[in-house]
Amino acid sequence: MSAPAVQFKQDATRLSADLRHRRIIQTAMGKYETVRDQRKAAFQNWEEARQLAAITKWEAINHLDAYLEQLVSKLESRGTKVHWATTARQARDTILGVLRAAKARVIVKSKAMTAEEIHLNQALEQAGFEVVESDLGEFIVQLREEPPYHIVFPAMHLTRDEIKEVFDRKLGDAPSNDPEQLTMVARRVLREKYLQADAGITGANFAIAETGMISITENEGNARLTSALPRVMITLIGIEKVLPRLEDLALFLPMLAAMGTGQTVTCYNTLYGGPRQPGEPDGPEEYHVVLLDNHRTSLLADPEQRDSLHCIRCGACLNVCPIFRNVGGHTYGTTYCGPIGAVITPNLRGLNEWQHLSYASSLCGACTETCPVKIDLHHHLLQNRRNGSRQKPSWWQKLAFKMFAPIATKPTLWSLVTKLGRFGQKLHGLVKGSYLDPAYAWTRTRELPPIARQTFKEWWRTRS
Amino acid sequence: MKITLFIPCFVDLMYPQVGVAMVRILETLGHTVVCPEGPACCGQPAFNTGYWEQSREVAIPVLESLKGAEVVVIASGSCGAMLKVFYPDLFAGTRYEAMARDLAPKCFEFSAFLVNKLGVTDLGARFPHKVTFHDGCHGLRELKNKRPPRELLAHVRAIELVEMDAAETCCGFGGTFSAKFPMISTAMGEVKCASALDTRAEYIVSCDSSCLMQIQGLLDRQRKPIKTIHLAEVLVHR
Amino acid sequence: MSERENIIGRIREALAVIASVPGRHAPESKAHFAGGPAESRLPKTSDHRRVMPAAGAMPEEQLVLLRKNAADLRADFKLVQNLQELAGELKQLAVKEGWQRAASHRGELTSAAAQALGLPVLFTENSFDKRELARCDVGLSECDALVAQTGTVVVTNQSAGGRALSILPPHHVVLARRRQIVADLPAALELIKQKYAGNYPSMISLITGPSRTGDIERILVLGAHGPKRLTIFCCEG
Repeated sequence: MSAPAVQFKQDATRLSADLRHRRIIQTAMGKYETVRDQRKAAFQNWEEARQLAAITKWEAINHLDAYLEQLVSKLESRGTKVHWATTARQARDTILGVLRAAKARVIVKSKAMTAEEIHLNQALEQAGFEVVESDLGEFIVQLREEPPYHIVFPAMHLTRDEIKEVFDRKLGDAPSNDPEQLTMVARRVLREKYLQADAGITGANFAIAETGMISITENEGNARLTSALPRVMITLIGIEKVLPRLEDLALFLPMLAAMGTGQTVTCYNTLYGGPRQPGEPDGPEEYHVVLLDNHRTSLLADPEQRDSLHCIRCGACLNVCPIFRNVGGHTYGTTYCGPIGAVITPNLRGLNEWQHLSYASSLCGACTETCPVKIDLHHHLLQNRRNGSRQKPSWWQKLAFKMFAPIATKPTLWSLVTKLGRFGQKLHGLVKGSYLDPAYAWTRTRELPPIARQTFKEWWRTRS
Repeated sequence: MKITLFIPCFVDLMYPQVGVAMVRILETLGHTVVCPEGPACCGQPAFNTGYWEQSREVAIPVLESLKGAEVVVIASGSCGAMLKVFYPDLFAGTRYEAMARDLAPKCFEFSAFLVNKLGVTDLGARFPHKVTFHDGCHGLRELKNKRPPRELLAHVRAIELVEMDAAETCCGFGGTFSAKFPMISTAMGEVKCASALDTRAEYIVSCDSSCLMQIQGLLDRQRKPIKTIHLAEVLVHR
Repeated sequence: MSERENIIGRIREALAVIASVPGRHAPESKAHFAGGPAESRLPKTSDHRRVMPAAGAMPEEQLVLLRKNAADLRADFKLVQNLQELAGELKQLAVKEGWQRAASHRGELTSAAAQALGLPVLFTENSFDKRELARCDVGLSECDALVAQTGTVVVTNQSAGGRALSILPPHHVVLARRRQIVADLPAALELIKQKYAGNYPSMISLITGPSRTGDIERILVLGAHGPKRLTIFCCEG
């Protein structure tokens, strides 16, 4: 087992038994589900909306070169500097280069999963920059020195007491555990940072090819401030975020909001096309857009799984996934968790090391059913399993399945195994539930049914 | 008509009464039932684990034994999905592809067969108990089998059906998943059991014996007062 | 080879094989999905409107919907008859809220309104210090449109005095005209395209309610970083 697989299993085992942790997720999800369902019901035809969204992303992704070139040409025509990064390292180096050239010192960041993906904050801090996460949830987990727990709700796993504790410890400022008061503390601290910051780094939700704009969705206004006050603005965006036209946002913004947070639309949806233009009263002097590949082109090259690039990062698949709901986001040990994470991580970070995420699923299909852009998520998990087994078969599993074949296809062997099984079960009672029990994985927590005194096949034979 | 009944491995070994009930129901409706001797397994375990070649070794005899069938009724949602939905994927690009595609439209999970193909919803059954229904994931999402079981239950006399909140939530079985990630599987099963217990039902009914094996296994270990039963067993009850 | 060429090259290579179209029973023929990018394959505005939540067809319905959405969002919405009433309402609000300093831009409505306030006003057309803007109690701005379907205020940094004015002060007051109400998001985006065709402002923002967060135990808190209060005055005249 790879190191990430060992970590996953250990954390999953620990957390699935943690009833307090399970209850916290359950409560959060319950609240989300109610509003999500209200939003879906308000659509005149939710299922058709999914199909329209799926077709739109299909168009964008299957003609990605054309739409990217259009996007970049429009951005550049207004003075935006566009950088292309194949690897995470190139992206980090590009951003460091921009910041050094701008003689920046204090950086504010709004939420960017791509920044997590390339471990940007670490690199910036090591290079001597002060980086402050401005999204409240990200701010909190940054103080706690842990990664975000969920792609939309970074601090979902924390209680108000835990948040008060870290505010006390790191900020010396936490009048109470009241969510409003805690939020106001963060507001005060971050306000100062926005005003001090030399540079702002954002992520992005969409990139509109037709008009050359980066679209950022948020509720708090921190990305708006990050893009308004500092003199340099940098957006890090995956190449797959492209949408063909401005009007496509009329469909995608409400769908993202409905599935992400159960809102009609998110509070601030903002489009940025360039740095401050002549005649504009304020805004950054420089605007840089860093286009990130980081193995997305590998996913693109697999027509079977290409639609995983349609993802709009709404988080809905996480929210319905019974695995996610029982083990939580940190267990996955990687940037993208939940079903989408289980699908793309083996492809982005290596099949051998990360395929266990695709195995840690019962393939229930709730993710596929809920995905607003109709990604065939649970079938991709199956495909990852097939690809992983082909690349590096597990000899004992291969052997076990090979030995099973004649047993399952020759009636005499099946009959024999049935009888042996009955006998074995009698002895099983002696070791059941102990470490000698070959069925320990099951019997640790569950009873096994007995093999029937007369199996169906045996009964069927008596009839004829 | 002549119905070829496909009995999954766990139904054969551990829940034969489910298969027997199905035979009785179909014969009472005036049909002939045949059950091929050879195939004992649809090949899903190897398929789900990613060993498609080994899965094919088990599945080819299934294909061959079902070749001339008029209609195939499968005694579980998950095996039903395997034959109907996944065999075309499993055999894509092989010389069995056409056979798999031919088989798919002939396959029905048991409750879907009764309701959708035969148009039968009332079997004269009587089951004077409060029950709740568990939707097995394959049956629900691959076979779109939400309504047929409920239509059948609606015609059972003296029954009271109460839906649980987590009816559509996975029970945590997932085949080899239950052994590879037993603690996650257990947590998922616990959520299912808790939701069922909340309904105060006496029985959890399902079209999938594999799910019921998981749920019953947990209920027995934790000594909970609710029982599990397959839909077919309810439908032969008088 | 530049990184750009690298990436575009890999994309082209990857796209040599087209992926299957979503929706297994899509009736369109193979030819329809072959070839380069095509507008004809993309949903039309009428398709969007058919599936999205309904927006009122008539102006009266739209006004009702806008009011309701604003209330749900905890934004204040007030219809006023004319500029005089607007100025009066604004002055009352200033007294009630205890505003000492205002920020604004020189729009048709905002200039007059800012005058009437009788408070020191920072105008963003003049070069300004962001810390000074941060000390203002209220930001007055105009807008491009009000969207009935969602309760959204559409602003750009050209129509609303820049990027910071509508986000930094703790209270954002929007001065709009009734005729600026549009039915839905498709209409709002179309309006933006028409109004700014080819020379877009560098920032376009769809503001739907005062700033908010649910990051702590999913409890709604207003005023996370952006304005805690959003007040919309909609002028008939």
